[in-house]
Amino acid sequence: MDVQLKRGLLDLCVLAAIKNEDSYGYKIIKDLKPCIEMSESTLYTILKRLEGTGMLTVRSAEHDGRLRKYYHITESGIKRIEEFKREWKEVITIYNFVTKEALL
Amino acid sequence: MNKQEFLTQMQKALSWLPQEDIEERIAFYSEIIDDHIEEGMSEEQAIAEIGSVQEVTTQIVAETPLPRLVKEKVKPKRALRIWEIILIVLGFPVWFPLIIAAGAVILSLYIVVWALVISLWAFDISILISALGGIAISVVYFINANITPAFMTLAIAMFIGGLSIFILFGCVAVSKSIIKLTWKGVIGIKYMFINKETRK
Repeated sequence: MDVQLKRGLLDLCVLAAIKNEDSYGYKIIKDLKPCIEMSESTLYTILKRLEGTGMLTVRSAEHDGRLRKYYHITESGIKRIEEFKREWKEVITIYNFVTKEALL
Repeated sequence: MNKQEFLTQMQKALSWLPQEDIEERIAFYSEIIDDHIEEGMSEEQAIAEIGSVQEVTTQIVAETPLPRLVKEKVKPKRALRIWEIILIVLGFPVWFPLIIAAGAVILSLYIVVWALVISLWAFDISILISALGGIAISVVYFINANITPAFMTLAIAMFIGGLSIFILFGCVAVSKSIIKLTWKGVIGIKYMFINKETRK
């Protein structure tokens, strides 16, 4: 798959994983497993990028006597997901067309 | 290997990154290892899940863009002392021309290589033109009914024409392989940086 495209899709997977409730590193990887296998280093890079572009915020909270970082989606993060949904409706239409043409 | 050993090794392997980056990454891995253990894994299993230090560093290096690698490498690990700054400034008339000269030598060598290729092309084109000229002259001889020189000139022109076509293939092959080598050289320079970083 195209690197640029894959990177964008991974970003969206992570955003989707924290959309409904704040999540933390281990849980994000676990939640994404059915969809995509993501290594810890990859996740770290993505979280950094999303934080840098203001798609999410980070807070540290105590858990079981140690600190854990929780990631919270921002307004622009939610907007990004909505944007993706709209964009990909078009892509799916194209996909359907292309696969139909290939069958003929 | 237990968690502490793993994190210490990781810290060493990432020593080329800025200190705060290292600490953040270490905290990130530490948290995930703890979460794995909380879910019932042993410490060893949790570390195996993350992968070897080598694997993780290779991935981090691959994800770091080259300009950043170069920047981290060039940037001194500590603040420069005053006398070092003075030395760099005073040494400018020495090290700056040296860098420029080194660059110029490499560039000129590269230009020489291409000049040779261009001269080969020029040679090929010139003998091709002479072959065409030879054919034209032989036509004139034929018209004037000078049969012997006409055949002589035609034969030589054909021979040179054939030779030029033969050399043309050589020209194309040499040009292509030099372009390929140029790309390899550029990629080689990139890898030089990355490999040096991982070896640390």
